[in-house]
Amino acid sequence: MDMLLDGFATALTPINLLYACIGVLLGTSVGVLPGIGPAMTVALLLPVTYNVSPEGALIMFAGIYYGGMYGGSTTSILLNTPGESSSVITAIEGNKMAKAGRAAQALATAAIGSFVAGTIGTVLLVALAPSVADWVVNLGAPSYFAIMLLALVAVTAVLGDSKLRGFISLALGLSIGLVGTSTGQPRLTFGNSLLADGIDIVVVAVAIFAIGEALWVAAHLRRRPLEITPVGRPWMGRADWSRSWRPWLRGTAYGFPFGALPAGGAEMPTFLSYITERRLSKHPEEFGHGAIEGVAGPEAANNASAAGTMVPLLALGLPTTATAAVILASMQSYGLQPGPGLFDNEPELVWGLLASLFVANTLLLVLNLPLAPVWAKLLRTPRPYLYAGILFFASLGAYSVNFQWFDLLVLLAFGLLGLAMRRFALPVLPLIIGVILGPQLEYQLGQALQLSEGDWTTLLSEPVAVVAYVVIALIVLVPLVARLRGGGTDPLEKELDDLEKEVRP
Amino acid sequence: MSAAKADEPSTRVVDRAQYALAAFLAVVGAYVLYDAATLSAGFSDQVLSPAAFPYVVGGALVVLAVLLAVVTARGDVPEAEAGEDVDLTEGADWLTVAKLVGVFVVNIVLIDLLSWAITGALLFAGCTWVLGSRTHVRDLAIGAVMSVGTWYGFYVGLGIPIPAGILDGVL
Repeated sequence: MDMLLDGFATALTPINLLYACIGVLLGTSVGVLPGIGPAMTVALLLPVTYNVSPEGALIMFAGIYYGGMYGGSTTSILLNTPGESSSVITAIEGNKMAKAGRAAQALATAAIGSFVAGTIGTVLLVALAPSVADWVVNLGAPSYFAIMLLALVAVTAVLGDSKLRGFISLALGLSIGLVGTSTGQPRLTFGNSLLADGIDIVVVAVAIFAIGEALWVAAHLRRRPLEITPVGRPWMGRADWSRSWRPWLRGTAYGFPFGALPAGGAEMPTFLSYITERRLSKHPEEFGHGAIEGVAGPEAANNASAAGTMVPLLALGLPTTATAAVILASMQSYGLQPGPGLFDNEPELVWGLLASLFVANTLLLVLNLPLAPVWAKLLRTPRPYLYAGILFFASLGAYSVNFQWFDLLVLLAFGLLGLAMRRFALPVLPLIIGVILGPQLEYQLGQALQLSEGDWTTLLSEPVAVVAYVVIALIVLVPLVARLRGGGTDPLEKELDDLEKEVRP
Repeated sequence: MSAAKADEPSTRVVDRAQYALAAFLAVVGAYVLYDAATLSAGFSDQVLSPAAFPYVVGGALVVLAVLLAVVTARGDVPEAEAGEDVDLTEGADWLTVAKLVGVFVVNIVLIDLLSWAITGALLFAGCTWVLGSRTHVRDLAIGAVMSVGTWYGFYVGLGIPIPAGILDGVL
């Protein structure tokens, strides 16, 4: 508790409060803006890490993360086109509510629900992360190796529709991670000394998220303007409150554990929350026509999962979402290694960050309710300026790494890869996580084998490692068995499939 | 087999471009394997050979390339990514993409000579033009404000000496 109070002392210094404000505002606006998500924003802002203190930068990034999650809901409510996969569900009921003239209530239940879920999620994070870190600190290299492998397989196989495409993306990411001389010999450097230090993760992330997305949108730019529902100041009546608070809590209960798991993500809990609310609702007939529960639950779930994501990120150094992956990259550029040691070595930073999550959440609520009409206006940004701006800042971000034109060339090459990935439906997350975790995976394996003097059975010498391998086997084998049995899919999966069909016509 | 074919001769769509992706993966995988083969044995204290990981990754890429080619031939079609500003009902406009890449290449070629303060403005204005804006003077002005602004932002605000190129002494 004392640590947390010290953290608030760090988070509430004027400069860090300013960073939190900037982060929350930036995060919400990019969440609202089409084409840009929180991961891309943090990637574009990575250059500031060269001069801003680590506390300031991380506080700002955390604000962007929470803000982006919230901003995405505004877009899905006011336009029927969700930007992030985590707000797909919000769009179903939220846009119907907006069309029925209840945009203000939909935005309010999303904002307040996000606040409730984010706050509870952060409390759980503060309670859990240090104990997880204490537990993890005793693990050896074999366990680390197994847990990282689990995260890679889980992120690749559980999320997304096609496992094949997930693994293709992962393998590409691992190959990018091989480039450089980390083992003492140049690998995949094409004899180019500029590649000796490896390919900067900043350049890869900016290219895949920003350039790839901008080029993909350019190829398919919508010719007709989108319909935007006008909105006033969000508010809720008594009936809305009484219908919202239970879904908020249930959504939080789904969101946090899914975020904290190595393969969590925000899509699954939002789907589950929606299904639950539809089953439990006293107004089932309203579902599909704008039921407030269908906005309240999923919105709470996706914010709680953002908080959950911070548990493996801080305690294990494992990123489970794209934004978390980019935040991890920023920590590495400060020479900080997230993981159990972080709580001992950098208590001020960690607790400041945790405290700032509470601050960011409160700021979000205070800012977002009155500012909703402004966010709605942002949706009218002329598209040529929006996407030219993305390309401009992406180039600046990559150029500022070393001020070499070569980095811009690498940026373009990976940008084209990002474009191809969107064309061929290759998921982006496994690639980014592969780039980041690949070298660490190799390092841990090397460590484990070094200690055992080349005895491979050492990989099974720790119970945690064995458990991780069992889970990996289950993740890979269970769907296979289910498919072989044919038709043996469980009802939940079927319902998810139906829902997906409803959402994506 | 032949019966099924007779039933649905026209419904099977093969995404031929996906073969190109499979070929690309195979080439990358093969190069990773080749590169691994050229590595010399590690230092004596390196139990894990530097070539081990590349062999696994390269091999996986080749296997995945084959699998992708197989599912493509069986009629697997990717579900292209949707988004707020993405309209998938019409075909892709690759000409716009090519023009954007062109603007990008111009920036790469000129940046050392002219510096970011100038090429950044050209990059922004060029992209807005390609994407359909027709207010050239205004676009250039906005671009110039952004590029010079970010130049000073880096130089003064972040204290990072960003090269000035031809404008050395002017800025």
